[in-house]
Amino acid sequence: MSAADPMLEAERVLRICSACMYCDGLCPVFPAIDGKHGFSLSDVSYMSNLCHNCQGCWHDCQYAPPHPFAVNLPATFAELRQRSYADHLWPPTLGRAFRASSLAVPATVALAQLITFALVLSTGSTEMLFAADAREGAFYRMLPWPAMAGLAGGTFAWAVIAITLATLRYWRTIAPGVTISEIMRALPVALSDIITLRHLGGGGPGCHDDGAPPSHRRRILHHLTAGGFVLSGLSTMVAAAYHHLLGVAAPYPVGSLPVMLGLVGGVTMTVGAVGLLGLEARADREPSDRGETRLNVAFLILLALVGASGLAVLGFRSTPAMGLLLSTHLGLVFGLFAALPFSKALHAPFRAAALLRAAIDGNRRASTQAPEAAGDTP
Amino acid sequence: MTVIGGGIAGLCAAIAARRGGAVVRLLEAAPRPLRGGNARHGRNFRLTHETPLDYVPDRYTAEELRAELRSVTGDDTDRALTELLIERAHSIAGWLIDHGVHLQPPGTGVMPYSRRTAFPLGGGKAMINALYASAERLGIAINYDSEVRSILRSEGGGWTINVRSTGADDPIRTRSVVVCAGGAGADQAWLRANFGSTAEGWMVRGTPYADGRLLDLLIGAGGCAIGDPTTCHVVPVDARGPQFDGGIVTRITSIPLGLVVDRSGARIDVAGAGSQPTHYAKWGPRIADCPGQLAYLLLDARGLARAAPSALAPITAPSLGELAATLAIDPAALLQNIDDFNAAPANAARTIAVPPFFAYPMRPGLTFVHYGIKVDATMRVVQADGRRHDDLFAAGMIMAANVLRLGYLAGLGITLSAVFGQIAGEEAARHVRG
Repeated sequence: MSAADPMLEAERVLRICSACMYCDGLCPVFPAIDGKHGFSLSDVSYMSNLCHNCQGCWHDCQYAPPHPFAVNLPATFAELRQRSYADHLWPPTLGRAFRASSLAVPATVALAQLITFALVLSTGSTEMLFAADAREGAFYRMLPWPAMAGLAGGTFAWAVIAITLATLRYWRTIAPGVTISEIMRALPVALSDIITLRHLGGGGPGCHDDGAPPSHRRRILHHLTAGGFVLSGLSTMVAAAYHHLLGVAAPYPVGSLPVMLGLVGGVTMTVGAVGLLGLEARADREPSDRGETRLNVAFLILLALVGASGLAVLGFRSTPAMGLLLSTHLGLVFGLFAALPFSKALHAPFRAAALLRAAIDGNRRASTQAPEAAGDTP
Repeated sequence: MTVIGGGIAGLCAAIAARRGGAVVRLLEAAPRPLRGGNARHGRNFRLTHETPLDYVPDRYTAEELRAELRSVTGDDTDRALTELLIERAHSIAGWLIDHGVHLQPPGTGVMPYSRRTAFPLGGGKAMINALYASAERLGIAINYDSEVRSILRSEGGGWTINVRSTGADDPIRTRSVVVCAGGAGADQAWLRANFGSTAEGWMVRGTPYADGRLLDLLIGAGGCAIGDPTTCHVVPVDARGPQFDGGIVTRITSIPLGLVVDRSGARIDVAGAGSQPTHYAKWGPRIADCPGQLAYLLLDARGLARAAPSALAPITAPSLGELAATLAIDPAALLQNIDDFNAAPANAARTIAVPPFFAYPMRPGLTFVHYGIKVDATMRVVQADGRRHDDLFAAGMIMAANVLRLGYLAGLGITLSAVFGQIAGEEAARHVRG
């Protein structure tokens, strides 16, 4: 009974869900469709990002295949989620890069590697790449500070600007007519849902990662990855402060704040990303979408490589391997930043926007609460 | 020992028996993705409690349950079994939670207030999945796609069960049998035998695997039937839904908001059906009496706006004439009947006047039959001559008619099946362990 057009398929499936509502305790998607007869593109775009892909509704669905209704909400949403990214990218021409994201991301990273190595080679000599150098400022003898800061700052600024504008475009689609005061009132709940990833809990028991009983593995691994990413970013900022305010150039001693932040961040990000890759490898294919799986895998491999190469720089920075490792790590970091606006990284601001709208809707529902009906019906 | 049927009763029987020390095999007729009988379609179950709990608010006492059961069954019920059911309705939620079932806290999601019932988080199939996971953990052998063809007394005690699974007949020797194969009805031949030719137009809301074959086997082997095979719970369902397993989503709930006509365009009504939830069970038999077992619910734009969503979008047309043409109803007759209805509506909002217009084609949807096998208070199958085998048990909807020979209470099916399944499992384990 399934429809070929993902939008029509979403309407077909959501109509069944809205008549059933047995999953209403799993996540906010179901309260969001309560009582609705029809669904607009904006509704569906919103719900596809509100879905955290815990797959609870797939395992719990009495209408999942082989039932003729063939309800598969996680896969339907996964496809629409990618469309919601592609439709709102900034600049809009990035949509094409996004549709081939599993190629575009590695290609961008490879290009960043090439540029980094070219700069390293053009500013120094080939021997430097293979010589041990543990003195202060050693990193900048590989890649001079202006080049390093310029590439990092440029790619990072690009990522921030492009992702911010894409998120604003998405917000205009899913939340027309929302006032600032509504946003402010909903912010505490939305922030708490974003930070705790409450909805990866499937209403309590957790995610269905591989068809086994639900667990909180994915939620924990996601926290490790995201937390590690933030700590690594902090490490870079603290290092910049050391450089500009204290006038001390990298590499810093092992006990120093930038190194400790980077060490903890690098380890947690790498462990988290590798763990999530393990879950992807074992994931149940039926409620998944191949395109989304490719997006996830490309992004997770990149994060794991950035984390692991950063740790390798720290571990081997006083050996002749430093030059090669540092160049690789910097290339990966520049590539990550450059690719962020058309990578799976978009899920974070888009899902945050959807959670904000869910919190606003929750407040609106609470203020127009109808008298409760009795549930004791046959 | 062997449990036949992997719905809620069979799962509870198997788990209780395993915990009682028996070695248990569970035979489920359905393939794994369709396991779980009609509990898959269950939303909530009835329970008694004196204080608010994490999963149910306020209180609902044994006395209240007893009074409500009495109001639907009258005196036509097995007192001892009813008392057992009431007694165990107190502990059933805790037992299910202990076996991995998550219950939804009141006030979360959008489920309505209910002090009489608890809601498994994610619905009946989530509950079934949790119980299967518990059963596997406890070491219960589970065979899917296992259709029982016969149960025969073995020489020297025990039973031989002939199973057809993936094409081969494998006899199973077992010391004790608990039959939890569900009620009858999901079988065209069975329906025709009991409801005549009108059964052609019926749909079955639940699993196609509750086909009554095991009930027939038990009765054929001398078991005492109980209840009336022609009394059933039947509600209006969308005629475009699947023949089986439409469950909750194809039920047509908005009859009180519109007008019902048969396929000739003549108005159909049920005196006193009203808009209470009990109206479903009154409309079901009425639609079964319509020509071709088919009727149409007509709504106008205002009616649809107030209607709860259902699985399939209604048929729609900009005018009543065009709607009649789409439904192949004589337009003149339909328009005349709508005019008559609009001239004397039950209330002003119920007229069929504001375009566009909508129609839901409806058929009778069989929910369950008030018919089954007689059991005693230990769930042992009672023979027509009053005797019983000490190693043959039945639990769940196959014996629900011992308690419920008429009517229904919301959420009773799961409670009844879980409670009697547990008792059957405990008794069977006690028997095999001596």
